[in-house]
Amino acid sequence: MSVTTKPEPTATAVPIENSLTAGRLPTPAPWMILGAAILVAAAIFGVLALADGSEFNWGGALLVGAVLYIPSIWLFSMLVEGRRRAMDRLVTALVTGAFVLAMIPLISLTITVITFGLNRFDVDFFTMSMRNVTGEGGGVLHAIVGTVLMTGTAAIISIPIGLMTSIYLVEYGRGRLARGITFLVDVMTGIPSIVAGLFAYALFSIFLGPGTRTGIAGAVALSVLMIPVVVRSSEEMLRLVPNELREAAFALGVPKWLTIVKVVLPTSIAGITTGIMLSISRVIGETAPLLIAAGFTQSMNWNLFDGRMSSLPVFVYTQYANQGNPPEAYLDRAWAAALTLILIVMALNLIARLVAKFFAPKFGR
Amino acid sequence: MSKRIEVRDLNVYYGKFLAVEGVSLEIEPRSVTAFIGPSGCGKSTFLRTLNRMHEVIPGARVEGEVLIDGNNLYDPDVDPVLVRRQVGMVFQRPNPFPTMSIKENVLAGVKLNNRRISKTDADDLVEKSLRGANLWNEVKDRLDRPGSGLSGGQQQRLCIARAIAVSPEVILMDEPCSALDPISTLAIEDLIEELKLQYTIVIVTHNMQQASRVSDRTAFFNIAGTGKPGNLIEYADTTTIFSNPTVQATEDYVSGRFG
Repeated sequence: MSVTTKPEPTATAVPIENSLTAGRLPTPAPWMILGAAILVAAAIFGVLALADGSEFNWGGALLVGAVLYIPSIWLFSMLVEGRRRAMDRLVTALVTGAFVLAMIPLISLTITVITFGLNRFDVDFFTMSMRNVTGEGGGVLHAIVGTVLMTGTAAIISIPIGLMTSIYLVEYGRGRLARGITFLVDVMTGIPSIVAGLFAYALFSIFLGPGTRTGIAGAVALSVLMIPVVVRSSEEMLRLVPNELREAAFALGVPKWLTIVKVVLPTSIAGITTGIMLSISRVIGETAPLLIAAGFTQSMNWNLFDGRMSSLPVFVYTQYANQGNPPEAYLDRAWAAALTLILIVMALNLIARLVAKFFAPKFGR
Repeated sequence: MSKRIEVRDLNVYYGKFLAVEGVSLEIEPRSVTAFIGPSGCGKSTFLRTLNRMHEVIPGARVEGEVLIDGNNLYDPDVDPVLVRRQVGMVFQRPNPFPTMSIKENVLAGVKLNNRRISKTDADDLVEKSLRGANLWNEVKDRLDRPGSGLSGGQQQRLCIARAIAVSPEVILMDEPCSALDPISTLAIEDLIEELKLQYTIVIVTHNMQQASRVSDRTAFFNIAGTGKPGNLIEYADTTTIFSNPTVQATEDYVSGRFG
């Protein structure tokens, strides 16, 4: 029996304010233990730094402090609060630790991209192409146009195919054909993006001769990657629509296709839109397939069906891989293009959120 | 404009499983018929065969005949969609369309079928249906609010309004009050009394008091055991079923000796 089971009325002079709080660590205790653990770790690293004259290792001190915190909070909680609370504290510490660990690369990446990217984040950068630019100056307008055109075309190809496939799978598909499609979609999800690029390149080489690189080939490569994501996400969303709504519509004498168009799709449109937006963000950063299928160019190209077409990820890659003179100009352009790409993806995600919020079924009173 | 239903030797299957066996009964127009019986005995399954909702479930099929005013529902050339426009249904759990307002929910049968309706006609239909479902006074000021914002009982009456807005001949109700409190149940039972004047109503219920209160005739279904098909045991006037049934099982069930 632990101390928490039965707080007995004590005869001491100090009255207990709330007997239910007995046997609990006070609220600030975890923070104090964390501080103490970091202090201990800092002391160890300080001694080490003094011993061999090296610089004080902040990162190491924080990391060891955090690691030290996990067993100590468990121990203290075990002593004061008992097994159940101790386990709770331990798992809380582990989960929070995992979260912090996952955030570190994200924050570091954001800070790095923003600091390096801001060097060339100017008007020129968004109004010029790289035509006749050597060394400093130049811009990514041609790559932005390419990315928008190719991703947009990929979306135009993939969304109808993907959405209709998922409607078939959820509403009509029974038996072997549906199982086969599900299996193939799963396989498609796992296709390495470079293979999609090679597929599109080979496909267009057959019809237009070897060495053809066009924007439409890039778009086809992207849609190969995008279709399975759209199918999967919209399938999940369509399955979430309660069967009762379909039956309610059927009972009103509504044909099946109208039920799907007017009841099932509107009910799940928010989730479907989010899924589609996420699938776009997934393919907009693809480099390898576009490098193969669409190639890259220094000039503006508005025509998907003629000539090579740059895109932001490929632009970043080429600027970094083929640095000219001065190399800083190339690196700055690469970082700024990377920042642009991240901002575009962020904007898409934001739009997806807004759309989801806007379209979601309302439950107001 | 209500219709007579005649069922002849109906067997209902889920895939290979025979769920309901050999049901034959006749339902008079402008009457309330209650189906009672223990859970899993096939009441709801049988009810759903009366407007071909049964076949929505994959693998489900039916043998036998259901005649509505002499026309067989299960004739191969019959379009189930047209059947369902004549035989409306109210479900156990209220299921208003979450994307639609109260008004749109009532008009769902019209709007979803892409039929055009003038604004005044639409407003009249909404008011008539909501009044018919005893809901008009409660929602007349908030017709454009989402239907899912209503209370459970109001939602169920909204579903009834939605069902009668397409002016069916028959209304099937699958335990319409099982998710509702006594007050809402009373409201719906009163409504059934009124609807009886115009429609043929078939109601499945677990509540025997409810069956005795609202129905003119009662059918008792039973099941011999798990995995066995459900059967129609006895079908007679409600007073007969509840006062002196001819079958022992019926008497046991209605007197609460089992089930």
